[in-house]
Parts: sequence; structure tokens; C-alpha cells
Amino acid sequence: MTINEIQEEIIEEFSAFDEWMDKYAYLIEIGNDLEGFKDDWRLEQNLIEGCQSKVWVHAELDGDKIIYSADSDAIITKGIIALLIRVLSGRTPDEILNADLNFVEAIGLKDHLSPTRSNGLLAMMKQMRLYAVAFKAKLG
Amino acid sequence: MNINIDKIRSDFPILGEMIYGKPLVYLDNAATTHKPQVVIDALADVYQKYNSNIHRGVHYLSNVCTQAHEDARRKVQDFIKAQHTHEVIFTRGTTEAINLVANSFSDTFLKAGDEILVTQMEHHSNIVPWQLLEKRKGIVVKYIPINEAGELILNKLDELITEKTKLVTVAHISNALGTINPIKHIIDTAHNHGIPVLVDGAQAVQHTPVDVQALDCDFYVFSGHKLYGPTGIGVLYGKEKWLDKMEPYQGGGEMIHTVSFEGTTFNELPFKFEAGTPDFSGSIGLGAAIDYVNNIGLDKIAAYEQELLDYATEGLATIPNCRFFGTAQHKTSVISFLIGEIHPFDIGTMLDKMGIAVRTGHHCAQPLMQFYNIPGTIRASFAIYNTKEEIDKLVDGTKRIAQLFG
Repeated sequence: MTINEIQEEIIEEFSAFDEWMDKYAYLIEIGNDLEGFKDDWRLEQNLIEGCQSKVWVHAELDGDKIIYSADSDAIITKGIIALLIRVLSGRTPDEILNADLNFVEAIGLKDHLSPTRSNGLLAMMKQMRLYAVAFKAKLG
Repeated sequence: MNINIDKIRSDFPILGEMIYGKPLVYLDNAATTHKPQVVIDALADVYQKYNSNIHRGVHYLSNVCTQAHEDARRKVQDFIKAQHTHEVIFTRGTTEAINLVANSFSDTFLKAGDEILVTQMEHHSNIVPWQLLEKRKGIVVKYIPINEAGELILNKLDELITEKTKLVTVAHISNALGTINPIKHIIDTAHNHGIPVLVDGAQAVQHTPVDVQALDCDFYVFSGHKLYGPTGIGVLYGKEKWLDKMEPYQGGGEMIHTVSFEGTTFNELPFKFEAGTPDFSGSIGLGAAIDYVNNIGLDKIAAYEQELLDYATEGLATIPNCRFFGTAQHKTSVISFLIGEIHPFDIGTMLDKMGIAVRTGHHCAQPLMQFYNIPGTIRASFAIYNTKEEIDKLVDGTKRIAQLFG
């Protein structure tokens, strides 16, 4: 599936929720289910300190694809992280850099990415792009 | 002693706003309070009727505006029962008032090695200005510790005071915990050692009557915007004997007597500390806010808010795994809590969706959060316009959220 197809899939999933509460219950569920962030990666250099919640991001190359792992101390933040990883992880740097991430707005979570939220998500997305730029240079 | 809550709520236009289609439940009053129509009108009046720069015009409007600004100073004087009008300095807020003292008091009275006592529960604005002095002047900052309940451990006070202690600075009421500190006792103890005391009243003046002469504090600071007044205006009260000897904080117009290239002489109090065009619309708005509070009566306000605090504490305590931070015997209008291990941001985010505004995070009191070893709390803080029905919504909403987390 392409990035856009996965985005469409997520938008479809969220369209099932009439109530905001159900949407957040789902974010909590996928936040709780997000695994794979190793304790070794819980380093100062991987930490994005929001005023409200903390986010850790790790990235590594698997062939020409970037594998992202991330974690947060707040579950709703972690739920949104899980969605971002689902869309962007396992992609080439070019795919990531050319991606138009419209799903966050489409599922009504855009305010979580506003600078005033200070939950680390906006900085995390920038960090994911920076990794893509760096790995693109490395891959040549 | 009853207050007319419907009348009070109708005084605040913003309380009619809908948030995500739901009526606003505003419980973030320790951050800032809303403004009654009389304050909004006072600000509009300045700009619509008599806006003019003050203290220097010969023309009519300037005189009217100057009069209104100085009337506001007298209202502040009466409000905190200062002996002299010129002991009331207008600042941008509590933070600037503390920075003013940190700079001007230290320039005149402090030398390397001198000590300043603050407390473990202070807002960053009553920690960082003193830490800057540590770097700049070699001043040593010491901290009065607190107990689990969030009360100052006062028997440590005598141990911490040394012959090098030159100032004690303490919050009247904790912004994160609601603890009402025994400032009279602290002031008396410090004075027994000849040490002046600064009281941070940012969380106090809107909840409890303050008499700076009865307290005998040397400095008392607060912000207008937490007292139903405009943002950008605050007050430094200082005893004349200190202010007279302190160096000016900032230079500019208004604060000078004569200026030549050979040197400058400074204006008298309070103008010595008010460089530049003062925020006269802010001061006039603050005066209107003080009138508003006085008309209701701070005793009535305190009694009503105590009712709200007790009601909210009982309600939240019914939620399984609710943990309170700040259980001091004497506290007011602030409840800090967590539900089990749920991150405060998660609960705050979902309460927001219900139209309920609370504060989450460290409340600019990170040393305090380190003491409790938590990332932050959810803080509900009350004002005169809050109701028990709103508290019911907070409790019910928090319960629903907690259930989602299982």
C-alpha cells in the first residue's frame, strides 16, 4: 500500500466514530498497543520534550527503508504516534519527504499538531522528516 | 453572606461562550481569570473617551487620564491597605515586580555570598530571578522544604536563616497546591533576625483580604489579570524605607527628574520605578476590577470559594485512585490531582473536549513536581463565578475518562 492508501484507510476507520469519545477511546487503545520502543533508545538525544508530554523517536535504516519507533508518556499522544508510524515507517526517504500528511486533519486531530499544544507531536513530525533527509544523504 | 451567583455570572460575558458546542466550564482561574463587563467597559472608556499620555500633558484629556491612573493607584493602596500611595508601583505583572526587586534590591543591598531564602513550592517566577542573581552576583539561594501535604516545614526556617540571609521570599498561596502559607509567622520570624520579606500574592489577592501593614511585609506583589483585571498590569508594593534606597530598575522617561549628559537625577516614588509610558489603561482597568471585587466583598468571595473547594474535593475523592497533591490544612481554590497513573495531559485533553478548561502540567513549579516525583498534575482552580454544577461536570467528566483507561 502507498502512503496515501494507508491514509485513506485510517480516515475510513475513523469515519466510523460518531462521538469524539469513541475516537479517543480508539487512540487510547492503539496507544496502549504500540510496542517496539527499546529501553536502549530512551536517551536524551531521542527525547522531544513538550511542555505537556514527552516523546521519544528512534529511526534506523532497513535496506533503503526507514523504520521509525517512538514512544510517549501520554497515551493520547502515543495513539497519534502509532498512526504516524503506521503511515510513515517502512518507507523510503523520498516517499516520506514527498508525503502529504492530510489524514491528521481529516480525522479531526489537527489541533494536536498545533504549536500551542506543546505535546511534542509537531516536533516529532519535524524530527521524522529530518531523519528522512539525513538517511537520504547517507544512501546517496 | 450568600452571593448572587446568577448575577455574578451575568457580569462575565465570556461565560456565555460555547466550546465545541458545549457551555464553557472554566476551571483555570489560577492561570488567569475572566473579566467582568465593568472592567471591559473601563478599558473601552479609556480609548473611546480620554486616551492621552499621562503626567506630562497640559491639555484636558491628559489631565483626565492622569487623574484616572492615579485614582487607580489609590484604589490599589486601599485594597492592600498600604500606608502611602507612593508605595504602590505599577509593573507589568507579578513576574516583573519580582524581577524589579531582585535587581534593584540586590544592587543596593546584596553582595556575593549573601543568601536569599525561597521555598520549595514557589512558581518559577519566584525562583529564576533569584537564581539569575546566583550567576550574576554570587548570591546563594536556599530553599525552605515542604512536607507531603504541601506545607512549609517551618521549624527548618530558624536553621536556614543565617547572618548572611538578606531576604526571604515566599508565595502567600501556592499556585500548584493551593496551600495558604503562614506568612505572618514567616514575616515575624524573619524580622526577628532583621531580614525583610517579599510576599508573592499572585494567587492570594483574589481570594483573601490582604493588609500589608498588619502583615508588616516589606514587599507584596501581584498581577491584575488573576484579579479579574486586564493582562499586562501588576503591582509591587514596597515599604517606603526600602524603595527610597533602592536603585531604579529601568531607565527612560517618567522616572527622571533632570537629565543631562553629565548625569541624571531620578524622580521621586513611585515614578522612579515606572520608566516609560505606564500602562494607564491597564491600571484603570485594574482599578475597576478592584471596585468590582470590593462590591462583592472578599470575605464573601473567600467563603463561597471555600464551599466550592470542599465540594470539589469531596466529589473528586469518589473517583477510584484519585490522588490529591496539596492537602494542607489551610488551602484555597486550587485542587491538584491525578487519577492513578493516567498522564495529566490525557485527562486534560479529554476534559477540554467536554468544554471543561483545566490546567495540566507542572504549573511552572518544576521543583515541586520533582518533590512529588510526578510529571505534573491536573489542576482545577476556582473563581467567584464558578458553580457546584460546573464541579459536577468536572467530576463526572473525569470519571468517564478514567473508565476509558480501565
